[in-house]
Parts: sequence; C-alpha cells; structure tokens
Amino acid sequence: MEARAATTQGALNRMPSWLLGLAPLLLIAAAIGLFAALGGPGLGERSGPPVEDVAIESSALRPGEIELTLRNDGPDPVEIAQVAVNDGYAAFEASEGRTIDRLGSTTIAIGYPWIEGEAYTVSLLTSTGGTIEHEIPVAAETPAADADFFGLMALLGVYVGVIPISLGMLWLPFVRRIGAGWVQILIAFTVGLLAFLAVEAGLEGLEIAGEAPAAFGGAALVFLGAIVAYLSLAGIDGWLRGRGERASAAGAAGGYLALMVAIGIGLHNLGEGLAIGSAYASGALALGAFLVIGFAIHNTTEGLAIVAPLAEGRSRAGRLLMLGLIAGAPAIVGAWVGAAAFNPSLAALLFGVGVGAIAQVIVQLAPAMRDAAGRLLHPGAVGGLLAGIGALYVTGLLVSV
Amino acid sequence: MDVPKKKTGISRRRLLAGSAIAAPTLALLHERIPHRGVHDALGGHDATAATTEQMPHGGHTATAAHAGFAPGRTVDHAANGFDPTEMLRDFDYGRATRLASGRVLREWELVAIDREIEVAPGVKYPAWTYNGRVPGPTLRCHEGDLLRIRFANGSEHPHTIHFHGIHPAFMDGMPGIGEELGGGTIEPGQDFTYEFDATPFGVHLYHCHISPLASHISRGLYGAFIVDPRSGRADADELVMVMNGFDTNFDGSNEVYAVNTVGFHHIADPVRVRRGELVRIYLVNVLEFDPLNSFHVHANFFDYYPTGTRLEPTEHTDTIVQGQGQRGILELRFPHPGKYMFHAHVSEFAELGWTGFFEVT
Repeated sequence: MEARAATTQGALNRMPSWLLGLAPLLLIAAAIGLFAALGGPGLGERSGPPVEDVAIESSALRPGEIELTLRNDGPDPVEIAQVAVNDGYAAFEASEGRTIDRLGSTTIAIGYPWIEGEAYTVSLLTSTGGTIEHEIPVAAETPAADADFFGLMALLGVYVGVIPISLGMLWLPFVRRIGAGWVQILIAFTVGLLAFLAVEAGLEGLEIAGEAPAAFGGAALVFLGAIVAYLSLAGIDGWLRGRGERASAAGAAGGYLALMVAIGIGLHNLGEGLAIGSAYASGALALGAFLVIGFAIHNTTEGLAIVAPLAEGRSRAGRLLMLGLIAGAPAIVGAWVGAAAFNPSLAALLFGVGVGAIAQVIVQLAPAMRDAAGRLLHPGAVGGLLAGIGALYVTGLLVSV
Repeated sequence: MDVPKKKTGISRRRLLAGSAIAAPTLALLHERIPHRGVHDALGGHDATAATTEQMPHGGHTATAAHAGFAPGRTVDHAANGFDPTEMLRDFDYGRATRLASGRVLREWELVAIDREIEVAPGVKYPAWTYNGRVPGPTLRCHEGDLLRIRFANGSEHPHTIHFHGIHPAFMDGMPGIGEELGGGTIEPGQDFTYEFDATPFGVHLYHCHISPLASHISRGLYGAFIVDPRSGRADADELVMVMNGFDTNFDGSNEVYAVNTVGFHHIADPVRVRRGELVRIYLVNVLEFDPLNSFHVHANFFDYYPTGTRLEPTEHTDTIVQGQGQRGILELRFPHPGKYMFHAHVSEFAELGWTGFFEVT
C-alpha cells in the first residue's frame, strides 16, 4: 500500500509543473465537451416556454423611419415577427434577419411617419406572441454623425468641461494666500465635492445599466469599472511614489496630488460627456444655453478641487493648463463616443471607472485634511466636507431642474 | 403557456430631464458654431416645418399609405386548417333529418381542440378551438328546428358551449347548472349533447362559459349561430364576420384584431362582391378585453338589424358599434365598382389588423 502511494507520489514529482497546471484544465474541457456532445444527460427536456429577453441598445430617428438596434439578452433565439408603432402595425426590415440568436444583434428599420415632438411606443411582437416595448419619449431626428456634429460635440465638451474647470483653477492665487488651516478646510471641501460626484456617477451608471443587456453584466459593470479604476490608479500611484521618493520635495507632492485629482475628475467627465452626447443624439436632450451654463457652474467647482493641493510651492502656467485639460478634455471624448456609438454596457462601465477613480483620489487627498494635531475629522474638515457636498448639490439643481 | 413580457423603456436620466424647457434658449450654441447638419434636429420652428413636410413619404423604408403587417410573409392558412376567405361564406347547416312530427332535426358535432394557430404572419398563438378553427363553425338553422349539438371535449381544460338563444337552464352550458344531467362543466375527455329549439330568429353566438371567462373566450372558443326566420330572408350574397382579437402576450389587452381571426387578411385578398347585388353580413362581436368594437364601410351605406330579430332595419348608416357579445345583420348594395375599405372605426383596432377591402365588380 505504502509503496504504491510512494510510487504515485514519485511519478507526480517527476511530471513538469506546467503539465500539472494544465491537466485539470484539459480534464474540465473534456468533461464539458462530453456533456455538450451528449446533450446534457439527465437534465431532460426544458420546461416552460422559451425565454424571450431582448434589450434595445440604441435607437435612431430619421425622416419616415425609426431604427432600433436589438440585442438578444436571453438564452433562446428570438424571432421578431411584427412591429407596431403606437398601436399600428408597420413595415420593417431587419439588417441581420428577424431571428436573433443568443447575444446576437440586429438592427430593424421601421417605416413610420413619425412627427417631431410626439411620443412613440414601439412594440416588437415575437413569433410566440410576446412583446418587447421601447418608448421614445420625445421624437426628434437623430443628428447625422458628420464633421459639423462632431464639432458641436467638441464645443459642448469645451463648454462644460475645459472652460469651467480652467476658470475654477483661477482660485489658485487665493488658495496660496490663505493659511494652512484654511487649506485643510479647502481640501475637505474638495473631498466633499468628489464624494458627491462619485455617488452621482454611481447612481447614473446603475440607471444606464438598467437599459443594458443583463448578459453583459448590467449593473455589475459599474462595480467592475470602479474596482478596476481604483486598483489601476492605486497601482500607478504606488509606482510613481516609488520613483518620487528619491526626488521628493514638498511642492512636488502637492503637484502630484493635483495631477491625481485631475485624472479622477477627468475620468468622471468622460462619463458626463458620454451622458450628454448620447442624450443629445437620442433627442432626449434639448441643448439649451441654460443647460450648458448649469453644467459649467457645476464643473467650475471641480477646478477648485484641482488647485486645492497646490497651496504650497510654485506651479508653471503650462502645467496648470495641462491639469485643466486632463480634467476637462475627456468630456469632449465622452460626448463624441456617447453621440456616435452609445452603448449602455460601455456607458455603465465608464461611469463605474469614474467612480473608482474618484474614490482613489479621495483616499489620496484625505490625509491632507489633517490638522496640526493629526485629527482627520476636525470641525473645519467636517464643515468643508459638508460645504463641498452642498455646493455640488446646489449647482446640480441647475442641471436637473 | 405564458410569455414573459419585457418592457424596455428609456427613462430619461434625471440629470437631463426637464431640460427640454431650455429649447428656446438655444441661441448661445446656435449662433456660434457651424451647424447646418444638426440644425434640423434641434427643434427650431423652421426646422419643424421642414421635417414634418418631408415626413410622410421621405423615409428609407417605404411607408405604406395605411398600416399593415411587414411585407414578405403571409399567414399559412393550410397549416392553420382554415382560410378567412372561405370562412366568410361557410355556413354549417348540420345533418338535417325530418322527425315524425314533421319538424326538422339538425345535428352537429363540435370538438374542443387545443391547437397552435398563426394569427399574424409569423406570430403563433396557442388557441383553444371548436373543431380546430377560430372562429368555430357558423351553425345555421331555421326557426323552429330541433337542434342537437354533441360536444366532445378533446382539450386539456374543462369547457362548455353556451348558446345565446332561448333554452332550458340545463342546456345553457353553465358550470354548476345541469351537472346532474351530464351538462354544466364538460371535463376533458367527456361529452354532452345540447338540445333545444331554434329560437328566436336572428344572428347569435356561442362560446365557452368556463371561468376565467375572458381567457376561455379570447383563446378562440366562440362562433356564430344563425337562426333564419320562418319567412326566410331575401336572396343575397351572405357573409359571416366574427370580429375578434388575440392577446398574444396574455397581458389583458389584444395585440392583433381582425374579422375571422387573421388581421389585414382582406387587404391582400379583398371580399369580392357583385355590383348592385344584395350583400348580407352577419356581424358578431366576440372581442375580449376591449368593451366596444365597431364596423364601418367606406363610400356605402347599409341597413342595420340589431341581433337580426326584427325584419325591419332600425338604422341606415355606414358605422355601427357593438359591445362584447352584441351582433347584428347588415344589408347593402354596392352601386359602384371598385375597392372599398371596411374596418373598425376604433382606429387602434383598424391599424392592429381589423381592416380589409370589399372589391366590387
């Protein structure tokens, strides 16, 4: 008995370790293959009718036509047999055929004389008689993705991202003038701002995830994005700090913190741009000066957040400008992506990334709130935190009405 | 069978909601940027006019002049086992024999069958039927005949046949009434013979009366029941139209509306009638879930006989309304050749299938 065990042990010891690592994988693959080849022995026939789960990933309106991009989010193929718009059957064409396989996608073009400003419910009738409904709350023609349009989106990104953040950074001289105690309060104010942004982005990401196919993760994408962003930034931070310790200077630390804040805010603005761009493209957003001004005021406070860590030391103008671009320019990219190729799964992921980035920045900034006695939540810091949250809440009212 | 219904709606993000009120204050962006391409989309008043104008026929996909199913596919009537065009003039007089008393005895056999039917091109519906068709056979007889309808329940569910007409309680096809005589609820595998006199004359209906009622009726267990008056009616091209609908996703409202089951059937295959000839339509409304249905014919007027129980019309009109279970007889002559639409004047029903053409030659 013991001899045989020893032999087996010896044989295992002689095997190369890569083979030991690979063997279980091969066995699992073989087992799955056999299970599939035998058609799932012992499971019997599936019970109940086929599950029809179709997500509408995007919609576009053109004169006389409503276009929907569908994705089969369920386990069974779904055939779109008929399409009704506002309780009337309509002709349609499907780009990839009327039958959508699991996780497959098709785009259907429905001939319908829609009228601008009216609301529509598109009802897709499947071969089993099930319906999938999609609402168009306010019909408006989807803009063509041409140079003019991308120009408009870029302008929009500049208006809501780059300009207000740059303006907010003009508080730098003020930040330099005030004492260390006030800087702690200001940092706390920044942390409050960021906490609000993180919550807002998280909720919005979850809301968008509700429209996304569940098969691609849905709400989990928001958390996934947040975790990935947090860990990535923490990793970059660790690496930069390792290099920075050799040439450490008080000013450099502040500059470094400012950069991290700018990156965090930039990732958040990527999501914000995405939301604006997609809402504009889907006609859900009427671009008005009021809305743009609202976003601008909202985002001006973000500029203050970037310069708060720069109270000490010198900063070159070029570097400040770059910080402004890092924080604001992603809004432009977001608007482009959102308007041209909006995808709810991608949007949910990006909102999650924004949340994770901000959370990492908060962790970085928090120590700077400490007072001389080393306390974190001293009265000044708490006041600053609450003021920061309050400031974004109030300016947020401008864009939520 | 139950089909899950998924509602995918865009709820506009809160952040952006309400911003529509800002539309008039577009000036800021509007003035400063090249925007020819996006101008039309923004909702300026000039843009609105332009888009609305080009809308009706300007699409990539041809927009039909009236609603209809997607082209390129039709209902497989052969697979269904019944054709709406044939059902129009299909009257089942049963097996007639003369009794010693001189009365005519008419006998039918109706079997309840569960069966999947195609109610719109590509859309299957798990129907419950009498004799495999929806509506069931149009039973027709003369006033005073003795009627015997043997009902065999081949369905997986209990059913009855409840006739509209005058008959004893235990022949009423009502659960709990006449059970001791073998009537009432007819369980799967059981059978029962309904027997009663053909009275009063008129156009009636029959349907299952098991609870839940809306479900048992809307699944397809209904048909027209016509009792001709002793005096007879003038010779005419006679048609039967049973106005029905199908709640294909079982959410308590119909997805498809029609006469004789298949929506838009008489768009492609019009009801052919002769110019000047008397046309008589036995119209029955068995629609569930919607309280009212209606019938409207274009460019012509008809005499209307509610329930067909009087020989004098009550109205000369082109539109009548029927509640659930109501029915009547329409008589008209088409003076002009051509195609004339007929449809429910409930526009929603019309565009969800209840529309067709008469073709007068």
